[in-house]
Amino acid sequence: MKPWRRKGARMVASFEQQEAAILRGLVSQLEDMLRARADEAPEDELSELTGIKAGPSTAPDDPVLARLLPDFHRLDPDQPTQEDMDSAAALRSLHEPELLDVKLGATGVVMETLGPGGGEVRLSLEQADSWLSAINDVRLALGTALDVTEDMPDQLPDDDPRAAHIGVYHWLTYLQESLVQAMSG
Amino acid sequence: MSMPAADEQTQVEPASDELGAADRPWQTVVWNDPVNLMSYVTYVFQKLFGYSHDHATKLMLDVHHKGKAIVSSGSKEKVEGDVARLHAAGLWATMQQAS
Repeated sequence: MKPWRRKGARMVASFEQQEAAILRGLVSQLEDMLRARADEAPEDELSELTGIKAGPSTAPDDPVLARLLPDFHRLDPDQPTQEDMDSAAALRSLHEPELLDVKLGATGVVMETLGPGGGEVRLSLEQADSWLSAINDVRLALGTALDVTEDMPDQLPDDDPRAAHIGVYHWLTYLQESLVQAMSG
Repeated sequence: MSMPAADEQTQVEPASDELGAADRPWQTVVWNDPVNLMSYVTYVFQKLFGYSHDHATKLMLDVHHKGKAIVSSGSKEKVEGDVARLHAAGLWATMQQAS
């Protein structure tokens, strides 16, 4: 991979075919998760009439989805107040459909701009922001699944079941960091 | 047109000791997590709130070292929108009323 650099108003990088395949595979898995969650939204006549979608009022059971779609209040894990729980449920139901749309919009930009064969990718600043969000969501998903910590070493012991996947996680970190630096520069 | 009976409920004045609670501003809190990059968090604070690089960096370091930082405050509607935009960027944000 040739890391991100700024060329005028464009962000440019190139990807090997294998890198493009890995990234597209991860982004498409993320899309599947988000779409499955979107399908869980309750359907009612009011939302069909108004076109305003109402999302589920409870957080996802899956820890990866729960990290991607956080509650609006920090709920006390032992004794959440009824007021906070009611408010968090209402805010989730109100905002989650749009949040899912925004996240799926960002993943869509990655899939459209990164060809299956890799090669050069040229992004407008707006597209680059979509890439940042989508790559970050993939890192959040993988990081939650791998239970990463802040002092995670570059390599894990061979007997650690996560060892095979941590390389991809670190590569995504490099990709993200490179794009942030190019955007900030 | 008839008025739904339920509307009478909304006319009830809150108890006097709750008046203060309604006036307290809301705050947007960002929590530390092991995945989000320091550079990315700084970038998001600058982009979403228009903060200077120095101010965004200070808030990011507060999140990193203290575990959380209050990154914006105001009306409930404003803070709700800020939390929604932070969620779209992948940051772990919540809202609370100032104590």
